[in-house]
Amino acid sequence: MAYKFDFGAIVPHWQLLFDGVILTTELTVIGAVVGVGLGIMGAWARASRAPVISQIVGVYVELIRNTPFLVQLFFIFFGLPALGVKLTEFQAAVLAMIVNLGAYSTEIIRAGILAIPQGQIEAAQSLAMNRVQIFRYVVILPALKKIWPALSSQIVIVMLGSSVCSQIAAEELTFGANYIQALNFRAFEVYFVVTGLYLVMSILLRMGLKVLGNFLFERRRHV
Amino acid sequence: MSLVELHAIHKSFGELEVLKGIDLSIDEGQVIALIGKSGSGKSTLLRTINGLEVIDDGVIIVDGKKISDRDADLLGLRLQVGMVFQQFNLFPHYTALENVMLSPQVVKKQSKAEAKQIAEEMLAKVGLADKMMHYPDQLSGGQQQRVAIARALAMKPKVLLCDEVTSALDPELVNEVLAVVRQLAEEGMTLVMVTHEMRFAREVCDKLVFMHQGRIHETGDPETVFANPKTPELASFVGGLA
Repeated sequence: MAYKFDFGAIVPHWQLLFDGVILTTELTVIGAVVGVGLGIMGAWARASRAPVISQIVGVYVELIRNTPFLVQLFFIFFGLPALGVKLTEFQAAVLAMIVNLGAYSTEIIRAGILAIPQGQIEAAQSLAMNRVQIFRYVVILPALKKIWPALSSQIVIVMLGSSVCSQIAAEELTFGANYIQALNFRAFEVYFVVTGLYLVMSILLRMGLKVLGNFLFERRRHV
Repeated sequence: MSLVELHAIHKSFGELEVLKGIDLSIDEGQVIALIGKSGSGKSTLLRTINGLEVIDDGVIIVDGKKISDRDADLLGLRLQVGMVFQQFNLFPHYTALENVMLSPQVVKKQSKAEAKQIAEEMLAKVGLADKMMHYPDQLSGGQQQRVAIARALAMKPKVLLCDEVTSALDPELVNEVLAVVRQLAEEGMTLVMVTHEMRFAREVCDKLVFMHQGRIHETGDPETVFANPKTPELASFVGGLA
């Protein structure tokens, strides 16, 4: 073995990795919050009885779920300027993540909505609630509760998927790693450390989502 | 004028005509039982009265106002006509108290304090003052159904529809629910119930409506109907129960 490991070679560049972690976190938080919001609206549209809107959302979902994230990202960043929509790297990355998570979470949340017993909805109707009230007070929380583990996984997948945003020079964590190893040729050490950083971020994100789930769905201790 | 009037109500599910021209009037304070075999259309009829089933033809008049199938009309209708279901249908993520408070707050825009006061009153009325902070899955079937009744009552409906409210209950829990319904009847609440509790119907109701194959086959006061059924179908139905 001629290769000598030198993790110390990364130390001078720690700021790049730190900035990368921050940017990846920003992308993930904005992408997750807006993406899940989009998913809730999409799921409502899919589950509603408005056929046109439901079909439009259906096309969006299938389009996104059946094409690669990288291509979606390139389309937004390199393709849209042809239509006069010029976005910064960060804007393009966050938009791609929102659109991507929006499609996947639409299907996940829709499954949760469909699992709400019809009797719940009829009871709400018989109490003179309108559609919006029924969705907001009766449907969405139990629906999210049912699919929270699946949704959490999808958010983690999107966070990890943000690594491809390095391809449009969004300066997230993988971008930082690529940059450092281009400077010092310490590919093993750099990607080893970055793998560890992603792992830690995933675990923290999962834990955070679990805590959020507990806050949203656990019973306030009344009894 | 009757509180609720149904004229020539028709309803089909696909090819199957479930209601074949129903005329029925419900007077204020009246307690009506819909009886008949399963498939006779009694539950469907009940569900048309608050618009859970949209009718294909006919007229529904509530408190002098004709109800169309427009959303606004349906919401107005449901403010006047409450409903209790066989499966209770409590909202699992709310406590008993919150279940009862929800619609008064959200629909009637009552303040939290006002809604809470009414909800506590209603839950006390159904004998559950000590279970207000329990979630539905912490309550027995009979308790859940009483919460459901309190929830419907909190909206101060003029008519309460009861769709086989004891059919999903264990036998020992039936009476606690029937006692509440009986109390409501005695207080003058207008009630329309689909029920298989014939003895209860006989004791509590003013009017029995026997449905057969999508039509009102025979109707009258319970004593007469049970003692002297005029049609062989009712005789066989009543006889089959005895």
